[in-house]
Amino acid sequence: MNVKNQLRDGLFFQNPVTVQLLGMCSVMAITTTLFNGLGMGVSVLVILTLANIIISILRKIIPNNIRIACFIVVIAGFVTIVDLCLQAFLPDLSSSLGLFIPLIVVNCIILGRAEAFAYKNGPAASALDGIFQGLGYTMVLVIMCVVRELLGNGTFGGGLLNGGEGIRIIPEGIPALGMILPVGGFLTLACVIAAMQYILNKPKKDEKKTEEVAK
Amino acid sequence: MEWKDLFTIALGAVLVNNFIVAQFLGICPFMGVSKKIETASGMGLAVIFVMGLASAICWPINTFILMPLGLGFMQTVTYILVIASLVQFIEMFLKKAMPSLYEALGVYLPLITTNCAVLGVVLQNTQNSYNFIESVVYGVTGGIGFLLVIVIFASIRERMEFSECPKAFEGFPIALMSAGLVALAFMGFSGLKVFG
Repeated sequence: MNVKNQLRDGLFFQNPVTVQLLGMCSVMAITTTLFNGLGMGVSVLVILTLANIIISILRKIIPNNIRIACFIVVIAGFVTIVDLCLQAFLPDLSSSLGLFIPLIVVNCIILGRAEAFAYKNGPAASALDGIFQGLGYTMVLVIMCVVRELLGNGTFGGGLLNGGEGIRIIPEGIPALGMILPVGGFLTLACVIAAMQYILNKPKKDEKKTEEVAK
Repeated sequence: MEWKDLFTIALGAVLVNNFIVAQFLGICPFMGVSKKIETASGMGLAVIFVMGLASAICWPINTFILMPLGLGFMQTVTYILVIASLVQFIEMFLKKAMPSLYEALGVYLPLITTNCAVLGVVLQNTQNSYNFIESVVYGVTGGIGFLLVIVIFASIRERMEFSECPKAFEGFPIALMSAGLVALAFMGFSGLKVFG
């Protein structure tokens, strides 16, 4: 397990959203402004990393039969901490993400990584895995946010830049409101995953060609 | 409390604020087990069952234990533990008492623990400060809404198996696209007001 491979897996080849298809509820629900997306991404990154570290430290103590319950308790603890911190320091973000902060508990990415990685590897590797998988998740969120915000609202960086209103790129009245509504979430995620599949399948073909040529 | 209120809650949960297509809760099982109508309806029934029971159990816990003790911040942890143990308990109970139902729901029960619709409905009950009956109605009808959408979507997906699409869109993306269209159709209910 080297760091470079882990980073590449987290961002592209094993991206939690586009390849493993985990945690899609939050990806589609909250990606309406850049601020929401970044906030959610960073929250998940922090929780995922901390939960991975704790679970990997405790992996020899946790009995095999009730491991899922143990994972959930650890995760729920960190989610509560992050939830309370957000309510205290970033009340705007907390109110716009609403239900989806406590719902990080059942976000399959965290449980999935705990089961697939942290339960089998040491704390250092698990921490890195948490950071990289979290980065992959944040990357998809940010892409979704930029696309949906631009097409649905005509702005960029809503909640962050220009006093929270975002920089207006498309004049008012033209953008398609539907992109911010649930429909837009499904369509944008479909396109993002399709683009990812297209890009990931390309180099494989090249490799095959070079192999054939070599033969 | 009148029956009108309950009816409004029920209608909202099934059509207007449907858990899947309007609130994005429970997408993972929605995409995961919607390849065939039978599995989809099995999952839907299990969800109705668990959502109703979870609402019924979490309400007294929140009202009589967490609130008087000032432990509101423990809600998330408590609820997820209640749901996880509830699912486990139902599984054991059904295995002994109703083997036929157990076999029908079998595989889907453990999956429900990580279904965000279940945790979502319980958290929303608390947020909207519903009373006991309203909570149970919201839970059960939310489950019915889930069943409705997942069965519609499964029947679309069964037909889609035989159609061709661009290579990059094969499999998951095209399914998401059609889910988007289902969501678009359900947006038509958003103006629905019965007693307004």
